[in-house]
Amino acid sequence: MKRTLIRWGWLFTGPTLIAFMIGFVVPFVLGVYLSFTRFTTVTNSTWVGFDNYLGVFADGTFVHSLWYTAAFAIVTTVVINVAAFAVAYMLVKAFRGANLFRSVFFMPNLIGGIVLGYIWMLLLNGLLGIWARSITFSATYGFWGMVALMCWQQIGYMMVIYIAGLQSIPGELIESAEMDGASRSQTLWNIIIPLVMPSITVCTFLTITNGFKMFDQNLALTNGAPSRLSELLALNIYNTFYARTGFEGVGQAKAVVFLLIVAVIALIQNRLARSKETQA
Amino acid sequence: MNKHRAVRMLAAGIVAISLSGALAACGSGSSSDDSAGKVYYLNFKPEQAQDWEALAAAYTDETGVDVTVQTAASGTYETTLKSEMAKSDAPTLFQVNGPVGLATWKDYAADLTDTAIYEHLSDQSIALTSDDDSQVLAIPYVMETYGIIYNKALLDEYFALPGAAATSVDQITSFDTLAAVAEGIQANKDTLGVAGAFTSAGFDSSSDWRFKTHLANIPLYYEYKDDGVTGQPATIKGTYLDGYKDIFDLYINNSTTEPSLLSSKTIDDATSEFALGQAVFYQNGTWAYNDIKGQSVPDDDLGMLPIYIGAPGEEDQGLTTGSENYWVINNKSSEADQQATKDFLEWVITSDAGRDSLANTMGFVTPFDTFGDYQSTNPLVLADAEYQAAGKTAVTWNFTTMPSEQWKNGVGQALLQYAQGTGDWDAVRSAFVDGWATEYELAHANA
Repeated sequence: MKRTLIRWGWLFTGPTLIAFMIGFVVPFVLGVYLSFTRFTTVTNSTWVGFDNYLGVFADGTFVHSLWYTAAFAIVTTVVINVAAFAVAYMLVKAFRGANLFRSVFFMPNLIGGIVLGYIWMLLLNGLLGIWARSITFSATYGFWGMVALMCWQQIGYMMVIYIAGLQSIPGELIESAEMDGASRSQTLWNIIIPLVMPSITVCTFLTITNGFKMFDQNLALTNGAPSRLSELLALNIYNTFYARTGFEGVGQAKAVVFLLIVAVIALIQNRLARSKETQA
Repeated sequence: MNKHRAVRMLAAGIVAISLSGALAACGSGSSSDDSAGKVYYLNFKPEQAQDWEALAAAYTDETGVDVTVQTAASGTYETTLKSEMAKSDAPTLFQVNGPVGLATWKDYAADLTDTAIYEHLSDQSIALTSDDDSQVLAIPYVMETYGIIYNKALLDEYFALPGAAATSVDQITSFDTLAAVAEGIQANKDTLGVAGAFTSAGFDSSSDWRFKTHLANIPLYYEYKDDGVTGQPATIKGTYLDGYKDIFDLYINNSTTEPSLLSSKTIDDATSEFALGQAVFYQNGTWAYNDIKGQSVPDDDLGMLPIYIGAPGEEDQGLTTGSENYWVINNKSSEADQQATKDFLEWVITSDAGRDSLANTMGFVTPFDTFGDYQSTNPLVLADAEYQAAGKTAVTWNFTTMPSEQWKNGVGQALLQYAQGTGDWDAVRSAFVDGWATEYELAHANA
């Protein structure tokens, strides 16, 4: 068996591996290299050392979007997870049409971010128009607009993960808790939540990283307006790279810094959440 | 063993074939003969996208040379260009918007000294050259004009009203008259059946260049004129910013739209407001004709006024005329492709099909001497010719000397904040004057 794997494994992993190299590893290595160079197009660059990294924090817009994105990630993580868990908790109970509701909640996730952004822009502008305002009026409007959009899109997806977690809890545990006279909220806090901790780990990981990485919805909904105040990190990097002549390297350096920030946060989150997981 | 080997050979063969297919597909996009060269034009003007594609198809039919035209969406030209230029099949022909744009792309600009498009320039001094003047790097192909487009029929209705601030459009030769007329129209908008004097001054990215770039050109022009500036100055004083504020106030206070809604208004909103006769004035240029024509405003009712800001001597001011559409040939393309591109451009400015398309379909005024019989019928272009015939001084396009996109964005956002009431005019002044010094320094440090 093992010999067959060694002999034939490359046939099955090879194509994917090549695609992975072309689509991920090469651009990643090239990107890190480019962050130390000055260039106009990515095929024509000269080495400048750490110059670009000095420009990253000198740019006030980067620091602003860093805090703006952090706030955004925290708010969406809390709201999405609480809401997704609540919806899942309701929908695991067998009742007429439960499957229909599950599908409906999941559907927003099937629509692409750009389309969602434009649709929500029309919706929110229509609503705000009553007060003669629009979504790009100020950074606060943009922030809550994006939170609403993000929640609408992701709650259904996280709900599916929570449903899977809830369904894997053995029925006897809940039954014995009932027999011991535990109230509903005691069962929830002391039995169910500790047992769905693996789902919570996964969902918080996904929502935190999604919050930090959000790009297309931001682009379509506010495009950073007004004054680049509603610009999340990914859009800030994109705008530095493409919209500012001579700042391509700084944009690239920002992307590397961004990668490090998200990686560190994701690792810490994962460690913290895993330590709380228990086995039934 | 034999059976195993056969299976292995077969499997390896399948992988090899599928990979080679995939790789070959990446390598070359076209199957035509490469020795003849091909043309790939990255077009800057979305409003003429289909006209260029039709022209390219006509050329391919006639000569068999492949011409691909790709158009970047409004406001995304630099982005598209940057990623297209990194590809193996990079554009052979692209555009820069003037000296500042050329500075970014000068490493990619081929020498155009011996080309037909340079030889046929009526005034060869308008081409952009390398720093030591030894090479011609960029050639403008269209001269454009902007100002305040107006609806003659609506304006005449206003002039007929009792107590109108003027009785003929010829009397509007200064900011004060323009302001009085606009405010008069706004006050009588219900009588005239319009939603406002001016179309919305939208600050969506499709529209804000009209104010942060084109409108900002006017105070810049007068300042340059006072101080005898010709190139790109390291700092500016902002002498005429009060006039800038006056005209901007006029736009936002006498318009179809509440100032607090401006951040989401697009160029399409403004165009349709004008094209449907809901507004009398619309700040834009000759290129807007394509989008206005065929709607409710007939060609005979289209006119264009200079943008007045109350500067001394503005009675003699004409429309604002210049070019920010320069052709550049990519010197990194193969010799054959560069030659094919030069031939294509020669065809565009000398053949009947090319000249007809440029002058009549696209409605351009070109700077080439081959267009004698092909004069534009665009009424906005004709309006410019009238001003020039009347001896008015055309305002030059000085916005090509603005230090960077970032500077324009800074001014644009400060203007929006001012319009919405979330910022004050001092922020605009600071973005204009201080922003210039900062961006000039940054742009030159990074050059």
